[in-house]
Parts: sequence; structure tokens; C-alpha cells
Amino acid sequence: MELILSTLINGLSLGGIYAMIALGYTMVYGIAKMLNFAHGDIIMVGGYVIYVFMATQNPLLAILMAVVFCVILGIVIEKVAYKPLRGASPLAVLITAIGVSYLLQSLAQIIFGSASKMVTVFEFGSVKFLGANVQISSLVTLAVTIVVMICLTLFVKCTRVGRAMIAVSEDKGAAQLMGINVNRIITITFAIGSSLAALAGLFYLLKAPTITNTLGAMPGIKAFTAAVIGGIGSIPGAMLGGILLGIVEAISYKITAIAPYTDAIEFSILIIILLVRPTGFLGKKRREKV
Amino acid sequence: MFKKFKINHYINYIIIGIMTAVLAAITLTGGRLDSSFIYMLEKMAISIILAVSLSLVVGFLGELSLGHAGFMCVGAYLGGKTACLLEPLLGNGILTFIISILVGAAVAAVCGIIIGIPALRLRGDYLAIVTLAFGEIVKSLFQNTSEESFGGTLGLDTPRYDKKYLFIFAFILVLVTLAVVQNFIRSKHGRAVTAIRDNEIAARATGINVTKYKLLTFTLSATFAGVAGVLYSFSNYTVQSLTFGYNYSIDILVMVVLGGMGSINGSIIAATLITFLDIKLATVLTGDLAVLQNLIYALILIIIVVYNNAPALKGFREKYNLNIFMRKLLRHKHDPSKIKDDAAKWDVVPTKIEMNEVLSIDLTPPEARDLTGKGGKK
Repeated sequence: MELILSTLINGLSLGGIYAMIALGYTMVYGIAKMLNFAHGDIIMVGGYVIYVFMATQNPLLAILMAVVFCVILGIVIEKVAYKPLRGASPLAVLITAIGVSYLLQSLAQIIFGSASKMVTVFEFGSVKFLGANVQISSLVTLAVTIVVMICLTLFVKCTRVGRAMIAVSEDKGAAQLMGINVNRIITITFAIGSSLAALAGLFYLLKAPTITNTLGAMPGIKAFTAAVIGGIGSIPGAMLGGILLGIVEAISYKITAIAPYTDAIEFSILIIILLVRPTGFLGKKRREKV
Repeated sequence: MFKKFKINHYINYIIIGIMTAVLAAITLTGGRLDSSFIYMLEKMAISIILAVSLSLVVGFLGELSLGHAGFMCVGAYLGGKTACLLEPLLGNGILTFIISILVGAAVAAVCGIIIGIPALRLRGDYLAIVTLAFGEIVKSLFQNTSEESFGGTLGLDTPRYDKKYLFIFAFILVLVTLAVVQNFIRSKHGRAVTAIRDNEIAARATGINVTKYKLLTFTLSATFAGVAGVLYSFSNYTVQSLTFGYNYSIDILVMVVLGGMGSINGSIIAATLITFLDIKLATVLTGDLAVLQNLIYALILIIIVVYNNAPALKGFREKYNLNIFMRKLLRHKHDPSKIKDDAAKWDVVPTKIEMNEVLSIDLTPPEARDLTGKGGKK
């Protein structure tokens, strides 16, 4: 019972992180119609910024700086690498995104070296919850994720900018004709996605206080898996997909026989979902037109 | 008659053939080649096979595969294992080599079909992710095998072939790959594949079996990646599954993009160049500096793709084009724009822009255009 409960809470908090990253993917995909491969690496950048600013011994400042830095980075990447390619073939955009991801990874390695860095942001202990040992950091992660998710849903549904985002994702041309500044909306989307990635970086550091230049690569791909499972372009879908994936991963890690194959299992789920239901659980089907 | 012999289709066979023959003659007559030089040649051959086969999918089918190293991994492990098993039976000879290559290619081809099936339903970003997932799955599966079967984390040791012969076989395989790929592209099938790239719906409407050709291209590409994998396992004496990660796939992609998408000759040149730089830079850049190389690759990818595709740079691209420059420089006879014979024109595989030009030709007869009274169409 305790084992099940602790696994479940682990899974939920891991799922929260995935959901956070998946949100960035799903929003950018919904609006710019591109897969931002560099999104995972922004998590890593966020982690390193926290590492640098933790020298001031002020965790809140470090987190704030990470968010600010990642937002600026996200906007710069969008302006320099993706914006010139708007209207070009999707293949070109995808390859550029991979290039940006590669660039961030190697830059981080040049600046910080390949050895992993240790940084402890907050000292959390663990509590007994219904007999199970639960990390407080997991609970914090889960709580923050839920708050962020609610805020984001309200933002998209109730503000002018959020509604403009929906309009752009539905039909870019029509949105432009209605007086929406599409470029600005895309920039805002990248900014939001990057700030979420910075938070995801923080949560990774809470989970395990080491950071390397490839910190974001695997979570990035897995979070994309989560976004696809939930249905790309859908905010609740990202949450659902992230949580599902997190729980699967936590369970798989607990079963010794299949633990080494955890990554393989998650990716197999991705392939199966894409084969059976390419739009995911909550995604909309789009018919291709000439 | 001689003018119609299009040398640029065959130039790569000729160059690689002559080079192989000369080098083979040197080694077989007792001349000595530096072992590091031979190592570099092997690596070049492997890279050329990989780049040319990936170019089929990326350049000609227009889909992105991020799991090319995964196919290579399958080939390397299965081919290497076959060689290990056959060594006591058949010895360390040519027969073992050929059977291993065939087994590696066949298994990779089967994987290509398996991955090709989702490829029929998915495109673009989704397909890229599926191939990436495939690569990671393969890596993780081989990583967790037992020591007796595929070596697990320690890796699989393969029989040691005489390096003197290995690179010659490697280049023969390069020639085989080129022959198959180039003939494929210039055949009816190849044109169908390019048509699918340019406009899938239009291709379907003209009666092209999109399913068949996508699967065929994927399988062909995977097969040669498998061949390259087997060569790799012989060249390195050992196979480590961690080598064949996502980064390896990206390195191959860099070669294809640098060479120019849809250009086989370009892929060959880029593969040779990058492998050369890889090996030379590895001696200069050590430790954390080694990553500078990745930084350069990343920049190459971004700059080349943005330059080649940005809609804003279209005018600039048309003005300063390496092809035009080269044609002027060489006063090339085979300039498609100067050929009167229409049939000869079609021997140049149309690029996307050319296809668009063809499609945009106004076919309405002049007298019919003003019927609307509004000054022609639209």
C-alpha cells in the first residue's frame, strides 16, 4: 500500500514536470505549427542559470533570473532562427530547431564543462503520508504544476491575448485580418513556453540536484511524447499526457524486471498512440486540404 | 552522341572507383599505407554510405528521419554477431564478410519496413519523433542484452579483419550503394518519390502509389544504413550501443544538409569532408574543447538551412548560387537551360522550384483568357 502510494505520488510529480514541458511544446505547436526541438534544452539552460545565481545564496532571485533569462532566450531563438523561416517548408524549420538544440547543448558544455554540477536550491525533507515516505519536493512540484495549469487555462480563455492565441492557432490568416498581430502572439507563446521550461528546470533540480548539458534532451523528447499522447495543441491534453507518462515511468522504475527498459516502453507507447490515434486523446482531427 | 553522355551522373563512380583501384593496388602490391590513413578511409566509406542513404529519405522523400543511427545499430549488432558465429565455421574470410553484410542489411531492412509503416500515416514532425523514438528503443534494447548474446553494456566484440582488405571492401560497398541509389532516383520510382515530396496529394491524384513508394524509400535507406553498421562493427572491432544515439543521427543529417538536400554528389563530398575534419580535429581539440566541433555542426545546420529556405532571401539565393557560379567557371556543357532538346532536360531531376515553375505555367490559350472581361484569370 505504502509502495503504491509513494510510487503514485512520485509518478504524479514526475508527470507534473512532463506536463509543464509538454505545455510549452503544445502551445508552440498549436500556434507556430512547428516542433520546437530546442524546448528541452531551455530546461537545461534554466538549470544552469539557477546554478550560477545560487552563488548569491538567494533561491528566489535565482529562480526569477532563470525565468527571465529563459524567456529572453526563447524570444531570441524565435526571432533569429525560426522567424526567417516562416512560410518555408516544415522540414527546414525542423532541421533548424534541431540545430538550435544542438547549439545550446554544445554551448553549455563549452561554458560549464561536461562534468555534472551540484546545486541545492531548497532543502526539503520528506514527510510520512498515510504510512508512505513522500518527498516534500514532489508535493511542491505537483502543487505548482496544478496552479500554473489553472492560471494558464484562465489566461488563454479569459484574456485578450489568450483569445488571440486561440484565433492564431485556428487560422493565422484570418486572425491577421481581424487585427491580431500574429508575430507578437507567436513571440508571447515562445516566452510563456520558455518560462514554463525554466520552472521545469527548477523542478528537475529539486528532484535530483545535479545538472549536465544534456539534462533537457531526454525530458524534452518524453514531454513531446506526453504532448502527443494528450493531443498536440490542447492544454488539458498536455496535462493528461504528462501525468499518464509520469505514472507509467514511476511504475516501470519500480518493477525490477522492466526497469532498464523504461525509456523503450515510453517510446513504444508513443509509437502505438501515433499509429492508433495520431491526434492523441484530446486532440482535434484536421483534414488535409490541397 | 558523345554529348549525350552525361558525365556528371557517373563522375562519382569514376572518382571513387579510380581512387579505390589505386589504393588497392598500393596495398596489394606490398606498398604500405599509414594505419591511421586506412582508418580514415574506412570511416569515410561508412559516412558516405550513411549520408547517401539518409539523403534518400531527407532529400528525395522530404521526410526527416532521426533514427538513421538506429538502423545502423541494428545492422552493426546483427552483422557483427553473424560474423562471430560464422568465424569458427567458415573462418575469417570473404564469405563470412559477405554473409554478415547481407544479414545486417536484411535485418535493417525489416526494421525499415516496421518504421516505414507509421511513416505512411504520419509526416513531418510526428514522423521525425517516431524515428527518433525508434533509435532510442533500439539503443536501449541492445544496452540491456545479456553478455552472451550481444554483450550488453560491455559491447559486442567482432572478428578482426585484415585492415588491408577491409577498406577496399568498404569502397566496393560504397560503389554498390551509389549504383543502387542513383539508379533508383533516376528511375520511374525515383521520380515518383520526388513527386511525393513536392506535393503528396497531387502525386496521389496522378496515380502514384504513395504507400508503396514511401515504404520502398524507407526500406532502401534503412538497408544501406544496416550495411554501414556492419562495416562499422568490423572497422571498430567492437560495437557499443551508446555510440548510436541521437547525436550520431544528427551528425549524418549535418552531412546531408551540408551537401545540399537532394544532391547525392553533395552528400558524398560533405560526408568525406566532415569525416576528414572529425578525425583531424579530434587530435587538435581534446577534452571539453572537443565539443567545439558540435558547436560548428550546429551552426552549419542553422545557417545553411536558414539561408537555403528563408523566403526573404530568395532573390539573393538566385543571384549568388554556387551552381551558377560553377557552371560559369567550367562553362559546363550540361546546362539544362541551354539544351534545346526537351528530352534531355528531363534527365535533370527537377528541384522543387523548377517543379513550381512548371506548375505555374499558364496553360490557358491566349484567346480564351479574356472571356471573363476582367483581364484574364483572377
